[in-house]
Amino acid sequence: MNCEECGKRPATLHLTKIVNGEKTEYHICEQCAKEKGDVFGGFGNFGINQLLSGLLNFDPMIKKEGSQAKEGTAGTQKPLRCETCGLTYAQFSKSGRFGCSDCYRFLGDRLDPLFRRIHGNTQHIGKVPERTGGKIKVRKELDQLKSALQQYVAKEEFEKAAEIRDRIKALEQKIAQS
Amino acid sequence: MTQQRFMQHPWSNWMKATGPEADIVVSTRLRIARNLQQHPFPMLATDSQAQEVVNKVTEVAQSDAMKARGQFELIRMDELNPLEKKVLVEKHLISPNLAEESRKGAVLLNQDESISIMVNEEDHIRIQVLLPGFQLNEAWEIGTKIDDVFEKVLNYAFDETRGYLTSCPTNVGTGIRASVMLHLPALVMTQQINRILQAINQVGLVVRGLYGEGSEALGNLFQLSNQVTLGMSETDILSNLFSVANQIIEQERAARRYLQEHSRIALEDRIYRSYGILLYARTVESKEASQRLSDIRLGIDIGIIKNVSTFACNELLVMTQPGFLQHHAGQKLTPEQRDERRARLIREKLTSKDMA
Repeated sequence: MNCEECGKRPATLHLTKIVNGEKTEYHICEQCAKEKGDVFGGFGNFGINQLLSGLLNFDPMIKKEGSQAKEGTAGTQKPLRCETCGLTYAQFSKSGRFGCSDCYRFLGDRLDPLFRRIHGNTQHIGKVPERTGGKIKVRKELDQLKSALQQYVAKEEFEKAAEIRDRIKALEQKIAQS
Repeated sequence: MTQQRFMQHPWSNWMKATGPEADIVVSTRLRIARNLQQHPFPMLATDSQAQEVVNKVTEVAQSDAMKARGQFELIRMDELNPLEKKVLVEKHLISPNLAEESRKGAVLLNQDESISIMVNEEDHIRIQVLLPGFQLNEAWEIGTKIDDVFEKVLNYAFDETRGYLTSCPTNVGTGIRASVMLHLPALVMTQQINRILQAINQVGLVVRGLYGEGSEALGNLFQLSNQVTLGMSETDILSNLFSVANQIIEQERAARRYLQEHSRIALEDRIYRSYGILLYARTVESKEASQRLSDIRLGIDIGIIKNVSTFACNELLVMTQPGFLQHHAGQKLTPEQRDERRARLIREKLTSKDMA
């Protein structure tokens, strides 16, 4: 089979693209693939950045915003950006890197699908800073206890539920005091 | 200058070949990524902002609490020439990224080179612990204590839901990347390696070559590390890696036994040929060197080669890299000159009396 682009060289790269359930097949030679790098996702230096931005751009909603920001048109909606360092969502999706720690807050829930794709999770469970994380630690424990309480109540195990209720009270007092 | 020491000798703690399972696990590495609040990440920082981070980190490194963890020396990237940086990369003490792309990049090294703290790499602080053999928990114990010393003084960028915040979303959460370097010649020879590598990718771990992301698996050395950093605790990440690595070690041992029982002569022939070539060759390319050294290492492990140590193999692994060769020669060398020097170095090392 010859390359679909130039029709001269034999096709050595066979690609199947599936976008929103729509399947497209490409059969091209390496040279055309290099020249058409953008269309086929760039084979040259395919690093983590491209991979990440690939993940991000797949979201059609975000793509729309990205193109808006590029044209510089002041739409009705302001582009999502970090108010501390000024990094926009479009810039982030291009570089795959955050600009500062506040980006996480300003880009917020938008990041959930990305984290789910990379890690399969969106919530940290692990080490918490000793000095600044004291309250966080207690609050995490509280959350766990509260869900346990609900489970015991649902199962009508009231003795155990009462025990947990007391522990919750003690922890809440501890937070109030600190 | 004392920092020259880190570049002059090839010796590093991780090469000792003394740790548990040292016949298969060459080294264990643990990296903790941390950032400071209210400082833009290194990629966006101005020179003065980046310098501020270096100052803050260095100050803590000189505190008594840190001195209890080791004596650290600061090396600034802009004080080194390209060859010196390359040597530190080849010894795994800094990342290629810190050497080539960082602004105001620096590294704090302890005396036996088992701890290196990179400043202004992709993240403000990257604590790296490098130990010989299979020592995941030990590495974490050392790393987390250094992390605690920093945390007592510096305000870390931490978020209740996302954990430790990092420049790249692939490190957020615990910020840890643990890896073990495995020498798997028998799994490669028996062609089982691809099946195993594919399985590994399905359990949240990744395999890379000797020099990390994008590097080839030269000399049958594979780096196995965790991919997920968010939503798993440090203990779970480490025990997951531990159990998968253990299974691979078992598979490699079984494959070695199989080869010894079923292809003893072919195996011995291969090992002795490599030994012979390295003992007498006058030029050796780096790819060939790592392959032959892999054979010799296997020969030592299964008791065929007796007068060479695994430590010497580890040393040669670093000494025969282009950067180290040229730094040692004190000048830039053409590829041909490098191959000649490499062959000579290996010959000298393999025949020296004091190394056995």
